[in-house]
Amino acid sequence: MCLAIPMKILKIENNIAFAEVGEIEYQANLDIISDARVGDYIIVHAGFAIEKLDEETALENLKIWQDIAEFEEKRQQKMG
Amino acid sequence: MVKYIDEFRNPNIAKSLSQKIHEIMPDSKINLMEICGGHTITIFKYGIKKLLPQNLNLISGPGCPVCVTDNSFIDSAIELSHLQNVIICSFGDMLRVPGSHSSLINEKSKQSDIRICYSPMDAIEIAKNNKNMEIIFLGIGFETTVPLIASSIISAKSEGLKNFSVLSGHKTMPNAMKALLDSEDIRLDGFICPGHVSAITGLDLYKIIAEKYKIPCVVSGFEPIDMLESIYMLVKQIKENISTVQNQYTRVVRNQGNQKAIEIMNRVFEPVDAEWRGLGIIPGSGLKIKSEFQQFDANQKFDIPLIEKKENPGCICGNIMRGINTPLDCKLFKKICTPQSPQGACMVSDEGTCATYFKYSL
Repeated sequence: MCLAIPMKILKIENNIAFAEVGEIEYQANLDIISDARVGDYIIVHAGFAIEKLDEETALENLKIWQDIAEFEEKRQQKMG
Repeated sequence: MVKYIDEFRNPNIAKSLSQKIHEIMPDSKINLMEICGGHTITIFKYGIKKLLPQNLNLISGPGCPVCVTDNSFIDSAIELSHLQNVIICSFGDMLRVPGSHSSLINEKSKQSDIRICYSPMDAIEIAKNNKNMEIIFLGIGFETTVPLIASSIISAKSEGLKNFSVLSGHKTMPNAMKALLDSEDIRLDGFICPGHVSAITGLDLYKIIAEKYKIPCVVSGFEPIDMLESIYMLVKQIKENISTVQNQYTRVVRNQGNQKAIEIMNRVFEPVDAEWRGLGIIPGSGLKIKSEFQQFDANQKFDIPLIEKKENPGCICGNIMRGINTPLDCKLFKKICTPQSPQGACMVSDEGTCATYFKYSL
């Protein structure tokens, strides 16, 4: 039931978002979230956007883990 | 490449997280429960268990909405489908769940008008286009789903729709987690909390679990990196002997939740005792439609006969929901119970534990 795939909003008409993931376009009702704009990524469940994805936080999290993974790899190489 | 998906499946980061978990893992056995069926799928699909220490055990919990829906709800839906001039609308995976005597898909093949909807708004459209019929939507799901059902009811009211109603089988998460802990059937050391329920509710609802029951809670996203990071955060809490609520899924879950959705949900629904498959009746764990919206409550609108409930005696879905057993303990699993011929709810839904075990063939 729960699609955990973030979709990018292409346009909004009558509080319905036309959003894409890959090359597939979905429609999502925006009635239960606030301040969605074109270009935002949304999490969609049963035809409704339930929350927006915070891109800055997503990129920050990834950067931290990428740095740790690289550090670990170098450490392993040194040890090996 | 799908943005914000593929990056969270990076094998190098997964390897690094796996190493980190091994480094801090205590010698004692740790039992973590993933509540959400979506998390169970991630664990099996990406082979997460193979990346974990042997003494770290993941147990699937009662977070598949179809699976926890009691037979009496399906029986009521079937009775409603027998009424004249009624169209039953439902999420697809409810149709094949066996009730006491039949399933909705069986009734559909006979004479009942039962339609699959992707969204409750589809049912609203069907109601607008069939004014001479009564449209009954089968409302199942947790806090993730309830606001959008509530929003549909508010739309129906504002549009003056008189032929739309909802049979509410909705449930809420924290009381079920408390019931699991109170039952003392299994020893749990931590909860991997559902990401999208939490996107609506925020983190406060887990405070009682962390503070009163002293069980660490981490809200997790659905990609393999999310799951591994959440497990790392839980093991770290256990090792340091602390129990707090942490949020791993910060890119989607805000600490205070989605206030607009909460407001919409509370406008339409109020708590009620509810029966869960496997867990029995849990006080205050269900949601009923408030009297202000009672014209949209199928329970108020129709006289639904009570049917004596029957369970398949061989099916251990209830015990699987409680984490006492796994599908591998079930005599029916993979023999007469398969996704093509499900004997219990856990084999029906994609998010069901039995369906996941079957698909990833353990």
